[in-house]
Amino acid sequence: MVVFKKPHALTETPFHYCPGCTHGIIHRLVAEALEALGLEGSTIGVAPVGCSVFAYNYFNCDMIQAPHGRAPAVATGVKRADPTKTVFTYQGDGDLAAIGTAETIHVGARAENITIIFVNNAIYGMTGGQMAPTTLIGQVTTTTPYGRKNDVQGSPIRVCEMLSTLDGVAYAERVSVDSVKNVLSAKKAIKKAFEIQSKGLGLTIVEVLSTCPTNWGLSPVKSLDWVREAMMPYYPLGVYKDVTKEGEQK
Amino acid sequence: MSEKVLMKGNEAIAEATIRAGCKLFFGYPITPQNEIPEYMAKNMPKIGGLCLQAESEVAAINMVLGAAAAGARVITSSSSPGISLKGEGISYIVGSDLPCVIVNVQRGGPGLGGIQPAQSDYNQATKALGHGDMHIIVLAPSSVQEMATLTGEAFDLADIYRMPVMLLADGALGQMMEPVDLEAKEKRTLPPKDWACTGHGGKRPYNVVNSLYIQPDVLEKTIIERFKKYDEIKQKEVKYEEYLTDDAEIILVSYGITARIAKTAVKHARTMGIKAGLFRPVTLFPFPSEQLDRLADKTSVKTFLSVEMNMGQMINDIKVAINCKKDVYHFGRTGGVIPTPDEILENIKKYAAVGGKI
Repeated sequence: MVVFKKPHALTETPFHYCPGCTHGIIHRLVAEALEALGLEGSTIGVAPVGCSVFAYNYFNCDMIQAPHGRAPAVATGVKRADPTKTVFTYQGDGDLAAIGTAETIHVGARAENITIIFVNNAIYGMTGGQMAPTTLIGQVTTTTPYGRKNDVQGSPIRVCEMLSTLDGVAYAERVSVDSVKNVLSAKKAIKKAFEIQSKGLGLTIVEVLSTCPTNWGLSPVKSLDWVREAMMPYYPLGVYKDVTKEGEQK
Repeated sequence: MSEKVLMKGNEAIAEATIRAGCKLFFGYPITPQNEIPEYMAKNMPKIGGLCLQAESEVAAINMVLGAAAAGARVITSSSSPGISLKGEGISYIVGSDLPCVIVNVQRGGPGLGGIQPAQSDYNQATKALGHGDMHIIVLAPSSVQEMATLTGEAFDLADIYRMPVMLLADGALGQMMEPVDLEAKEKRTLPPKDWACTGHGGKRPYNVVNSLYIQPDVLEKTIIERFKKYDEIKQKEVKYEEYLTDDAEIILVSYGITARIAKTAVKHARTMGIKAGLFRPVTLFPFPSEQLDRLADKTSVKTFLSVEMNMGQMINDIKVAINCKKDVYHFGRTGGVIPTPDEILENIKKYAAVGGKI
């Protein structure tokens, strides 16, 4: 009996990610969700600029590589060309919350029926460890060698909290992949986001707290500790918006 | 023959877009091209199409990228400062080999410049619309009729060569009204879009639309292949118009709205006994270099006069085309000032005299 296999929605290409980086887990969760929902053949994914720029080598669905920060606009073009298709973007923190902030906010404002998988590791990985819009106060990066300071670089952006204020956002949840329990919750959240997209209820976003052992200068195990100890207090896990539950809350 | 209707140039582009079977417009408001999105907003829903006002020029061009990648006919329009913002996206669209139509209803620059007609984005359109080794096809309509006809042609060229096509118009052409025959466009055979991201449905390997090639030799190969395509376009798609060039001694080279003023000046010059002619490039890329060179080889031709609404951007293309065989001069107004026929005539007289001495 096969108890564990690679989802078909992932290709055979080995990941290029650094040891201990959780991009691989997140890729698998997205692929498993697409496979579970039978969406692989009718999905178009949009890759960002950043560590996951090569996402088109890994997902076994039609893929577009977008300019830096523009994945939500590219996804809008795809979805408006054919609203029957499932469309997702896979973006890092610099792509989504710095250079692409306007695009991110406006897909929410327009209630675009796309799903954003937002990988937040509080640093620019691909370019070698510079400050991200989600870099924590005091965090040392190559462009904040004395630590990020509130009065110099400003404070980190909480994306789910910000987007959940928009009427067009149907679902916003922050998850983590630091433990088996959290990986399972993340999987549920990603699947739910695609289900809500299928219903056409508006923008869905799943923010995944992720690691960057290479640029954080920590071992893979210590990186997971840092996610729990440093990131989670500032970026609390949870559902920030869920239009499918709003009736129940009332 | 179908009936003519009276339309603004901008409206002619919009109507020709709809008639070309394009159902997607993404744009951002900017003067003097607003009639295009407004016409689209009114009429796209009637055909089940969409006019979406984006949050920025940058977002608009990337929506175009997405829709083009999904295999749809798609268009965006803007004016000079907005085109600068689209430059990044256009470069990615070229690098991803995607078809789309981009309209630039030019206004004066640099910076915020002005809102009056100009042709000062000639170099940007033909040489440096985005980063990297790249070109796009650039068409320069000269009448409201051509605003319509060349829009239809632009969609076909984009699909045939899998690349963006720009309509390089100006505020005067955009705003003026003329009779248009909207049925004038000939139909061309188009290739299938089997590369598009439409979902593989389990029936084919997945498609990738991408401009990233991390291996230099692979990137080089893609660029060389694309330049072979540009060579093919130079062979097959050059368009131009000649007027009284047979016996001309001074040939004005002018495109767009300026070519029409130049034509009037040429007529006036002829009544004064000056053998003037007009050469009007319709495609600015590919530039009609060979055709100009043939004119330069004629012994009757003494002088070329480039007439543009800028400080002399096309003059180098003319010099290169004719290998500096004959004298080439420039006359232009810029910043949104439209040259008058009299001003052009004065320059014809001035440079015809110079040419006569050689």
